Parts: sequence; structure tokens; C-alpha cells
Amino acid sequence: MADFWKRFARNRGAVIGLAILAVVILVALLAPLLFPQSPWRMVQRPFLPPFSMDQYPLGTDALGRDVISGLAYGAQVSLLVGLVSTVAALLIGIPIGALAGYFGGWVDDALMRFTEFFQTVPSFALAIVLVAIFQPSIESIIAAIAIVSWPPVARLVRGEVLSLRSREYVEAAILSGQSNLTIILRQVLPNTISPIIVLASLMVATAILLESSLSFLGLGDPNLMSWGYMIGAARTVIRQAWWLSFFPGVAILLTVLALNLIGEGLNDALNPRLARRGK
Amino acid sequence: MLRFILMRLGKAAIILIAILTLNFFLIHAAPGDPAAVMAGEAGAADAKFIAQLREQFGLDKPLLTQLGIYLKGVLQFDLGFSYRQQMPVADLILDRLPATLLLTMTAFVISLLLGTLAGVLASARVGKWSDTAISTLALLFYATPLYWAALMAVLLFSVYFNWLPGFGYETVGANYTGFRRALDIGQHLILPATTLGLFFMAVYMRMTRASMLEVSQLDFVKTARAKGLKSSIIQRRHIFRNAMLPVVTLAGLQAGQLVGGAVLTETVFAWPGIGRLMFEALAQRDYNLLLGVFFVSAAMVLLFNLITDILYRFVDPRIRVA
Repeated sequence: MADFWKRFARNRGAVIGLAILAVVILVALLAPLLFPQSPWRMVQRPFLPPFSMDQYPLGTDALGRDVISGLAYGAQVSLLVGLVSTVAALLIGIPIGALAGYFGGWVDDALMRFTEFFQTVPSFALAIVLVAIFQPSIESIIAAIAIVSWPPVARLVRGEVLSLRSREYVEAAILSGQSNLTIILRQVLPNTISPIIVLASLMVATAILLESSLSFLGLGDPNLMSWGYMIGAARTVIRQAWWLSFFPGVAILLTVLALNLIGEGLNDALNPRLARRGK
Repeated sequence: MLRFILMRLGKAAIILIAILTLNFFLIHAAPGDPAAVMAGEAGAADAKFIAQLREQFGLDKPLLTQLGIYLKGVLQFDLGFSYRQQMPVADLILDRLPATLLLTMTAFVISLLLGTLAGVLASARVGKWSDTAISTLALLFYATPLYWAALMAVLLFSVYFNWLPGFGYETVGANYTGFRRALDIGQHLILPATTLGLFFMAVYMRMTRASMLEVSQLDFVKTARAKGLKSSIIQRRHIFRNAMLPVVTLAGLQAGQLVGGAVLTETVFAWPGIGRLMFEALAQRDYNLLLGVFFVSAAMVLLFNLITDILYRFVDPRIRVA
């Protein structure tokens, strides 16, 4: 573990990423304390420019709502959707990949054709269609993002399992009479965990981008303030009020950047042999 | 080669049918009974009329029969009717397709050219400030939401500096013709195409840089150096050509991203393509149109993948043998 941290901390970008993410998480958790009023509430005159009133440092939007409070509550949505949809995608992708890699043959063929199908379909367009048809809500958004983002997980796990499958210790487990399920869960999957963690951290970033893009198009949960929604609502008034789209965008950019940096750091720390390749 | 192309075509056809089947069930899952919607649009929503409509459009038949009717219709280029726009979906899409093709192709070329160029530049100056600058830029582009980049580009280049148009396909009312018109469209194209290509520009930059560095460590490059070849020739002939292979595989991946991204870019820039059409369909809850656009974009991605697959076999002879 200490080794892990040492390797992680050697990547300066990863440490910066971790610091940024910590701030975002903190803001998300403290949002109700920092801004006890609903972010939907009108608090000042509309289009109050930023840095003009101490109480509302980032100004107000077209309906007089506090921008900074919206940002804080938006952090909750982004992190929640990013995390939950990634977990859901892992729950779809890991079993499919593990079964395909472990059993091979027609099981592998069938599952991989299925995976290929989802990889070919343009993912953002599919997500749009799914959310539009099943009506925008936090659940449908999470489900749609999970459905379009599991294929890389399945492919990764399949590859890993395929290479572990022929190892001697797995053959020994088969000979000792352990059931297939036990072997997959106990012997094979634990050894695929490092690349999965790296991929997952990057998937959270992609999921946050996807959620914000959906909300931007008006497919966000109508009851939750989100960064994408804020930018979408500000799109038509961009000539009068630049700050309404600028600040939420910076928030998304920083959060996604932080997660990508962390992903690279995790890669360095968990796959030390591969990490320095090409650098 | 012909066998390979035929096999790939067969596979594409299967995927296309799978997408259509998915589409069909999604239409069924869409809120609202289509017959009731049609009756509502016609202004006569009594039960008898609805039943009549149901029979007329085969909505009273078993689901599988309906699926058959739907598939047959699509083969005849019938993607259903948009009741909001009072036009067949296929016509609406065909009308908008050229603008989207122009936008996505331009974005593709811009991102590939600038991305690989910057990647090669960075790899040639590893550790120097220009490498750091390019790598940092790639990291930023990689994390920037596409639609936000588009909005900021409008703000900077068309509102603040007033250098480029940030809205539409051509200057409304100017009635340019010939070369003047092409130039006008080209000016309108710069901002949307660049922002749409931004993400993959970053991907190409990083990939090219890593790939160039990796190939330059290989034995055959050392041999070339030992032979005393000029380093610019080694860079171009030995390293670059081989380093480009993994980059080409990415092109297929980018197709899907371009088509999805077009919805966002076209929305921001009011670009009259199928992405903008999808946004309009969303706003009006026009599900026939929405799923029609979805199908056409999926078909576009399939076609693009097919082309890159075939090209790839020309670029890398090793695959043809395998």
C-alpha cells in the first residue's frame, strides 16, 4: 500500500487531480450547508454580473438564481451520476467479459457479437434516444450511460480472463474440483482488478461528460440542478451573460481533467511495468 | 480481398437489422399510442377513428408481424412520418444529411491533420517546453465538454473579436453563388468543425506522440541510424509510417463520436444538419423523427467503419496475410 502511494505520488499530475477532486467532493457534500436555500430559488435581480456583490460572487442567471449555489448542487449530480453509472456499467461488463473469456467457444462468440453491436452504435445518440423515450430522470440517465459504456469493460475483462485462463494455478483449481463460478470469482477476477480500476476512473470522467451533454440538450432530471443544464439554459443568452455558461463549463472541465489525471496516476501505480512505456 | 469485403458487408447488414429491431421496440416503448397521436393531430380523437387508424397502419397485428412491416418499410426507404413537421422522416433526413456530412468530414480531417502533426512535433521535442505545451493542451482538450468549447469559441471568435460567423450555414440573404458561396460556407464551417474535432484532436496528439516514441525505440530504427541515414528520413519513412498504424484504427472509433457530437455542435451553431434535426425532434417529442435520425447515424457509422477497415488492410499488408 505504501508502495502504491509512492508510485502514485510520483506522478505530479495525479496528485493535482486528486486535490481538485477532493475539493469537488467536499463542495458537493457541503452544498446544503453552504447554500441552505434551493438553487432554483430567485435570490437577486436577473443577470447580476459576477464579482459585483459579495453575497453572490458568480452572479445570477436569467431568473435571478444564484450561480455559485447551482454549481455546488450541480457537483452532487455530476459525481453521483458519474459514480453510479460507472458501477452499473461494471456490473454489466465484468460478468459478460468474464463469461466470454472463461468459457470461450460459442459463449465467447455470442457475447462478443453482442458487445460489438453496442460498440458500433453511436453511443451518445443511443443515450439521447434512451433518455428521451424513457423520460428524463436521474435513473434513466444513469441507466442510459451504463448501457452505452459497458462494452470496453467487457472487452478488457475478457482479454484478461483469457490470458489467466490457461495459467497453471487456474488449471490446478479446475483439477481440485472447484466449481466454475468459484474459480471465476475467487481465482480469476481478483487478478483483473488493477486494469479495471484504471478503466473505471476514466469511465467516471466520461460519464460526467455524457451526463452534462444530455442535460445541456434538455434531457437532464428536471428536479436536479446540474452543470449541463446551467450551460444549456445559458446558451441563448450567451451574448448578454457570458458567465452563465463559462463557470459551469470550467467546473466540468476541472472535474473531468482531475479524474483523467487520477486515472493516469493509478495506471502508473497499479501497472508499474507498463507505466513508463512510451514516455 | 473480395471475400473479406463481402464478409464485412454481411456483418454490417446483420448489425443494421439488429439496430432496426432495437429501433422498432424503442418506438413501441415511446410514450403515447401512435394511433391516438395521429388521431389527435387530425383533430378527431374518437374511438372509432382510432380503431380505424390502428387497422390502417397494422397496429392491431401481432408485434412480430408489425416488426416485419417496419423492416420492409425501411428497405423501401420509409422511415415513418413526422406528424409534427408533416413530412416523411426520410425526406427530412435526406434534406439535412449533406450539411452533416460536410461538417463531420471537415472535423475529421482537421482533427487528424492537426492532431498527428502536433503529436509528431511533441515526440520530436520530448521533455522540452513545446512538448509540455502540446501535451498539456491535449490533456485540456480531452477534458473539455464539446458543447462548451463550441459556446466559448462563439463568444471569443464571433462575439468578442468578430472574426468568424458563429451561427448558421451561410450568410442569410447574401445570395452568393459559385466560389463566393463556397467561401462563405467555408467561413461558417471553421468554428463548428474545429470544436467538433477538438476531442479527437487530443486523442490523435497523445496517440501519435506515444506511438512515435515507442517505434523509435525499435531495432529497425537503430539499424537505420547505424546505416547513417539522415534523421529526417528515418523520422518520416521508418518511424512515422509505422507509428501511424494504431492511429488509423482510432479513425473508426471517431466516426461514432463525430455523429453523436454533431448533435451538440449543430445545436450550438444552428447548423442545418441531422444533429440539429435530432435536437428539434427532442424538443418536440417527435419520436419517429428521433429514431429515424438515430438509425441513419448508426448506418453512417457502420459505413465509415467498413471504409476504414478496408483502408487499413491497404495500409498494413501484414493484416492482409493474417
